[in-house]
Amino acid sequence: MAAKRREMVPMGLLWGAGIATIIILVVILAYILAEGLPLISWHFLTANPGVRGQTGTGIYSTIVATVAVTGVALLVAAPLSVGGAIYLNEYTRENLLRKVIRQAAEVLAGIPSIIIGLFGFLFFVIYLLPYTGGWSVLSGGLTLAFMVLPISLRISEEALKAVPGELREGSLGLGATKWQSITTVVLPTALPGIVTGLILGMGRAIGETAAILLTAGGAIGLIHSLQDPCCPMTLYIYNILTEYNDTSTAYGTAAVLIIAILAITFITDWLMNSYTKKLKGL
Amino acid sequence: MRALRRSRTRDARERLIQLILLVCAISSIFAIFLIIVFVFSQGVPFLAEAGLPFLTGSVWLPADSFAAGTWGIFPIILGSLVVTLGAVAIGAPLGIACAVFLAEIAPPAIRRVLVPSVSALAGVPSVVYGFFALLVIVPWIRGQFGGFGTSVLACWIILSIMILPTIISISTDAMRAVPREYKEGSLAMGATRWQTIRSVLIPAASSGIIASVILGMGRAIGETMAVLLVAGNSVTIPGSIFAPVSTLTAQIALEMNYATGAHQQALFAMGVVLFVFIMILTGLANLATRRRVTF
Repeated sequence: MAAKRREMVPMGLLWGAGIATIIILVVILAYILAEGLPLISWHFLTANPGVRGQTGTGIYSTIVATVAVTGVALLVAAPLSVGGAIYLNEYTRENLLRKVIRQAAEVLAGIPSIIIGLFGFLFFVIYLLPYTGGWSVLSGGLTLAFMVLPISLRISEEALKAVPGELREGSLGLGATKWQSITTVVLPTALPGIVTGLILGMGRAIGETAAILLTAGGAIGLIHSLQDPCCPMTLYIYNILTEYNDTSTAYGTAAVLIIAILAITFITDWLMNSYTKKLKGL
Repeated sequence: MRALRRSRTRDARERLIQLILLVCAISSIFAIFLIIVFVFSQGVPFLAEAGLPFLTGSVWLPADSFAAGTWGIFPIILGSLVVTLGAVAIGAPLGIACAVFLAEIAPPAIRRVLVPSVSALAGVPSVVYGFFALLVIVPWIRGQFGGFGTSVLACWIILSIMILPTIISISTDAMRAVPREYKEGSLAMGATRWQTIRSVLIPAASSGIIASVILGMGRAIGETMAVLLVAGNSVTIPGSIFAPVSTLTAQIALEMNYATGAHQQALFAMGVVLFVFIMILTGLANLATRRRVTF
């Protein structure tokens, strides 16, 4: 009984830590949503930002910019990461190459976004200027691809690893080639996991700011080509805070971002749950 | 004959696909190679020219030409370290405790809320954290303790929150990986739940817990936007936790906008210094996970 009572303090602290983590999240999200949601209207989402000091404007061009850079990043990173994961899981055994690649992906994921931004500035904005147009959607998106790649590679690999070996053997046994088994049996089974990886990578791209700051240009106008400079939502929040001190538009933009991130969290959570259930049911 | 030819083209196609997939797989290695080559190509020549005083000098007066500037980033390096260590000192105990709660204690209903909450915390963009800190934490510090509010303390608070998901998710995985028999053995011998957590679970998961803290440290030292918004960005050695501070990441982000010539190269050199810190931390995290506790 005395031991039980002595336990109350440490166990209470552990409970406290768990609850505190939930409370921190709720406070941050609730605060921004409470301030930002009332600002969101059809007009806010579909009107372009005005020049400095102009009220009642929207964030349309920044939403377009976010979608565009994220799209470019995914278009590059998705085939590379899924293809890489297929190679690692289906074509190699546990060997040195596999270890090196996995380590490389881990290192890549750990490189601070500002360093990736420095690289993107030098490589895409300066060095590849004739192709990317300098600070542009293309430069920003390609830089982001470096950050999406490791996330989606790791999760795709885990998803492929979870596919039972019997499925592959069954398909091969029926006379399918390796590639046929992969496209018709392995990939469809692992699809929810692969999609989860891509969505998480997408979330990273949507939320990234530092790398975008050095590569996208920050021009507020609506983009007409991939070579135009642009200002995604995250960068827009930073710019209006530091240059115009316009907190209300910043709240509205942050609320839109948070809704996107929450949607991503719920969708991936649901996908992963249904995936593990499906595999267990096999 | 036709069947043979078909199988031969099929083989060729299979080999081509395998080659394409191999190229995809090594793209991560190629990406790191590119990043290092480009960032170092600008930063290392500057480091070589400026030498040790770049790291130890405490006056930062950048200019377009090397001769016209004074290049000392000691306060900035110190700022990065102070901000990071403080954030970890606050975030690590909370994160590890939350991981124990999640792995061992939490009822399923709470776990169902907590797990997505941690992913959501990881997904919130850093600029949104910075925004929140600038509008809530900074004014609070200003009101309570005076000064500008943009300070070391503001960085500690917001960064300690931002590294929670890293610490919680990796620590939880490490604790989940502890064989059930260890815990059952301990409980069967009459140890209480807390005694089991303290003397069996945490020691057995220690390598993963240490790795999680080191990776959290990497996250904190590499964080840019939140720090940029709340640090105050003054290149001086902070006299107290309520004084403004500058970090490597924030200084690069702040000055890249207008830097040219030697100044720009100096910022790349700061990027190289930051890269070295990150590599040391990654190496340490790897060491920690490799040295498994065996029974």
